[in-house]
Amino acid sequence: MSVVIKPKLPVAVRALAGAALAVVLLYVIPFVIPGYLVSQFATVLVFAIAIVGINLVTGFGGAITLGHAAFVALGSYTTAILVVRYGWNPYATVPVAALLSWVAGWCLGFPALRLQGLYLALGTLVLSITVPPLLKRFEAFTGGVQGLNVGNPEAPAFLPIDDSQWIYFLSLAVAAVLYVVARRILSGPLRRALVAARDNQLVGAVMGVDRANLTTATFAMSSLYAGVAGSLYAMIVGFVSPDTFNVMMSLSLFVGAVVGGITSLNGAIIGAMFIQFVPIWASDIDVALGGLVFGCALIVTLVVIPAGIGGLGERAFIWLCRRLGWVERAEARRDDIAVTGSAQNEPA
Amino acid sequence: MSLLALRRMCAGYDARNVLHEIDLDVEARQIQVVLGANGAGKTTLLRAISGTIARQGEIVFDGQRIDQLSARKIVAAGIAHVPQGRGTFADLTVDENIRLGAYLRTAAETRQDRERWLSFFPRLRERLPQQAGSLSGGEQQMLAITRALMLRPRLLLLDEPSLGLAPIITQGLFRTLAAIREEAGMTMLIVEQSANLALEVADSGVVLESGQIVLRDSARNLAGNDEVRRIYLGYE
Amino acid sequence: MTLFASQIVDGLADGAIYASLALALVFSYRSTGIVNFAQGEMAMLSAYLVWQLMQWGMPLVPAALVSIAVSFVAGALLYASIVKPLSHASLLTVVSVLIGLYLALNSLAGFIWTYTIKPLPSLFPKAHFRLGWFSISAETAGIIAVVAVVLLLLYLLFETTKIGLAMRGAASTPDSAVLVGVSVPLMLLIGWGIAAALGALSGILVAPRVFLNPTMMFGVIIYAFAAATLGGFDSIVGAVVGGLLVGVVENLVGTYIPWIGPDLKIIVALVLIFGTLLIKPDGLFGRRKVVRL
Repeated sequence: MSVVIKPKLPVAVRALAGAALAVVLLYVIPFVIPGYLVSQFATVLVFAIAIVGINLVTGFGGAITLGHAAFVALGSYTTAILVVRYGWNPYATVPVAALLSWVAGWCLGFPALRLQGLYLALGTLVLSITVPPLLKRFEAFTGGVQGLNVGNPEAPAFLPIDDSQWIYFLSLAVAAVLYVVARRILSGPLRRALVAARDNQLVGAVMGVDRANLTTATFAMSSLYAGVAGSLYAMIVGFVSPDTFNVMMSLSLFVGAVVGGITSLNGAIIGAMFIQFVPIWASDIDVALGGLVFGCALIVTLVVIPAGIGGLGERAFIWLCRRLGWVERAEARRDDIAVTGSAQNEPA
Repeated sequence: MSLLALRRMCAGYDARNVLHEIDLDVEARQIQVVLGANGAGKTTLLRAISGTIARQGEIVFDGQRIDQLSARKIVAAGIAHVPQGRGTFADLTVDENIRLGAYLRTAAETRQDRERWLSFFPRLRERLPQQAGSLSGGEQQMLAITRALMLRPRLLLLDEPSLGLAPIITQGLFRTLAAIREEAGMTMLIVEQSANLALEVADSGVVLESGQIVLRDSARNLAGNDEVRRIYLGYE
Repeated sequence: MTLFASQIVDGLADGAIYASLALALVFSYRSTGIVNFAQGEMAMLSAYLVWQLMQWGMPLVPAALVSIAVSFVAGALLYASIVKPLSHASLLTVVSVLIGLYLALNSLAGFIWTYTIKPLPSLFPKAHFRLGWFSISAETAGIIAVVAVVLLLLYLLFETTKIGLAMRGAASTPDSAVLVGVSVPLMLLIGWGIAAALGALSGILVAPRVFLNPTMMFGVIIYAFAAATLGGFDSIVGAVVGGLLVGVVENLVGTYIPWIGPDLKIIVALVLIFGTLLIKPDGLFGRRKVVRL
C-alpha cells in the first residue's frame, strides 16, 4: 500500500475559481470582448473538442493518427447536407454527425490495429489528403467546389443575444458535456487499461486488457469528438467547402494537441487557442510565417516541455497545492499505481 | 605478463551492476573457459571486455588500458567478439560476411586470410553466395568464427559457441578451435554454460557465480572437481 | 504511337521521379527506422537552391551538382543534429519533430522566396525522338536515363566497395557491425546524406514540369510514400520497382478510369498504402519485421 498525494483545494478556493471561470466563460467572452471575436472563441471551443479526441486516441491510446480532417469533414458535411438538402433542424444534426463519426471511427479502428505506429501515421496522413478531392467529386451531395451554405442558427427570439453569442453558448455547452465525458472515460480502470495497452502490450495483455476492443473503441470515441466538432463548426462558419478539410487541418489539430499537452485535457483549450489565433497574428506579419511558427512550436515543445503547456500547467498546479498544503493523503489501492515500463521488470 | 588482465572490474546495465570487482588474467596462446549458470554474468563479462557495455575498473590488453576505449577502438586493438547467437549478418551472403570481418584490414590481407580460412572450413566455401541466415546452426557458428578471425585478432571472445548445436557438432567445433589456436597462435576466452566438451580443449577456467569469480583452476582440475562436475557439467 | 504505350512511358518517367524520392525515404529509413516526413520539403529547398544559384549567375548543370552536394551535407547534418539525438525518443516525439520540420521548411521557402511560382529550366532540351512508331520526348527519356544512371552508381557503391558493404552491414545488423570495427553512426550519417542528395535529384527533375513553388513536392512525396510502402521501406529494389509501378498505375488510372480522372488520382496512393499495409505489411521486397514490445 502506498500513499498518493492529491491536490485538494479548500472549498472557498474552489468556489472562487469556479466563479472566476464562470464569469470569464459566461460573461466576459460573449459580452465584453469585441463582437467579431465571439465566433472565433466559439471556433476555439470546437477545436478544443476535436483536440480532446486526439488526447484520447494519441495521448492515452498511443496511436498517432493524422486523419482528423476526415472526421471533422464528415461531421460538417452531415450537418450541411441534412440542413441544406433535407431541411433538417440544425441542432438535430449534431447527434447524427456524432453517430456517423463514431461508426466511421470504429471502422478505422480495424486497420489501425494492424498498422504499426509510423505506418498508421503515414496512412492517416494520406487519408487526410484525399478528403478534399473526394468531397469535390461527389458534387451531387456535397455541392462540389462551391460547397454548401448552411447558414448560422438563429438565436431564440426570447433571449437578448445575437446569433454569434448564441452559437458560442451552444458550443460551450457541448464542449463542457464532452469534457466531462472524457474526464469520466479517463478516470479509473479504463484509464489504467489504456495506459497499460499503450505503454506495454505484453503487460497489458497479462492484465487482461482486450487490446483490440479498446483500440477500436478509442478510435470510435475520438472520431465522434471530431465529428461533433465538425458539425458545430459548420454552424459557426455558416458554410462548408472541401478545401477547408485538408491536410493542414489535420496537422493543425495535431499541433494544437501537442502544444496543449498530448495527455492534458485541460491543455486542449490552450492548444485550440494556439492554432486559432497564431495563424491570424502571424499572417499579419507575413503570410508564410504561420506554418513556420507551427513547425517551430512543435519542435520546441517536444524538446523543451514535452508535456505541453497544459501538462506544464498541471504540474505547476500540483506543486503549488503542495506548497500551500492543499493536499489530501489517500491510501492508494494497489492497482492505482501507474503501469509503465518494460516487460523485464522491476519487482512490483 | 598476461595478454588480458582485468582488475576490480564492474559492469552492468542501467543502474545495476552484474559483475562485481572481477580480477581475471588470460595468458597468451591460452584457451580459458568461463563457466557459470544462467544469469551469472558470463555474457556481461565478454561485453565488458569488448566495450559494448559500460564498465568500471581496469582492463589491460597487451599492455594497453582499454577500459575507457570505445568498442570500435577495442576491435581495432585486436579483440574479436563472437556474441551469443553468432551475430552474423543474416541478410548478407557468406562471402560478404567474411569480407566484412576484414573491414579493418587491407585488401591483400583480406585475400590471404579469406583463402586460409576457407581452406580450414571447406563447408563455407561451398556456401559462399548463400544468405547467411539460411545456414544451419553449425555452419553459422563456423561463419561467425571465420568472420572474427578475418580481423586478425590477438584475442578471440566466444559467447556460448555450442548453443543450439548437437553434441557431436560441438565436439568438432572445439577441436577446430584448438586447431586454430595451434595454427594461428590465438588466445581465446570462451564462455560456456555446460562445458564438459570445452574443458577438454581448454588450458584453464574460472567459475562465475552471481557476478563474482568463485573458483579459478586448471581445466583438468575443474573437470575433476566434483562440485563443478555436478553443477556445471551436468553429471550426478 | 498508341495512347496506352505513351501513357506507360510517361508513367515510367513520373515513376522514375517517385523512385528517386522513394529511394531517399528508404535510405533514411534503413537502420534508423524513421520515415522522414520532411524529405519532400528538403527536396523542394534543394530545387530552390538551384534557382537561386542560377539567379546569381551559375549555369544550370553546375548549379544542380552544387545543390546535390549541399543537400548531401544538409542530410548528414540533419541526422547528426536531430535524428541521432532522437534515436531513443518516443514515436510521438519523432513524428512530431518531423512534421514540425515539414511545416517549418515549407513556410521557410515561402518566406524566403514567396509563393509566386518561378520557372526552373529542364536539364533536357525540348526535343522529340522518333524511332519508327516509338516517339518519346527528350525530357521523358532524360529523366529515365538519369535515374537509371544514379541507380547504377548506387549499385556499384553497395555491391563493390568496402564502404558500401559496411553501410549494408550497419543497416542489416548494427550490433555486429560494431564488432567488426564499422562506425555505425558514420554509416548512418552517409545514409542520410545520400537520402538528401536523392531527394534533391527528384526535386530538380520535377521542378521544370510543375514550376517551382513551395508546395511543389507535395504531390510527389505522397506517391513516393506509396512507392516505398509498396516496395518495402527497407528495400532499395523495392523503392525502384514501387516507384515505377506507382507512376505507371497513376497514369493509367488517371487516363482510363474517367470517374477518377486527374484530380482524384491521389486515391491510388491511398489504396496502395492501405492495401499493402494490410495485406503484406513488409511490401513486395521488404524483409524485416520490427516488433516492438
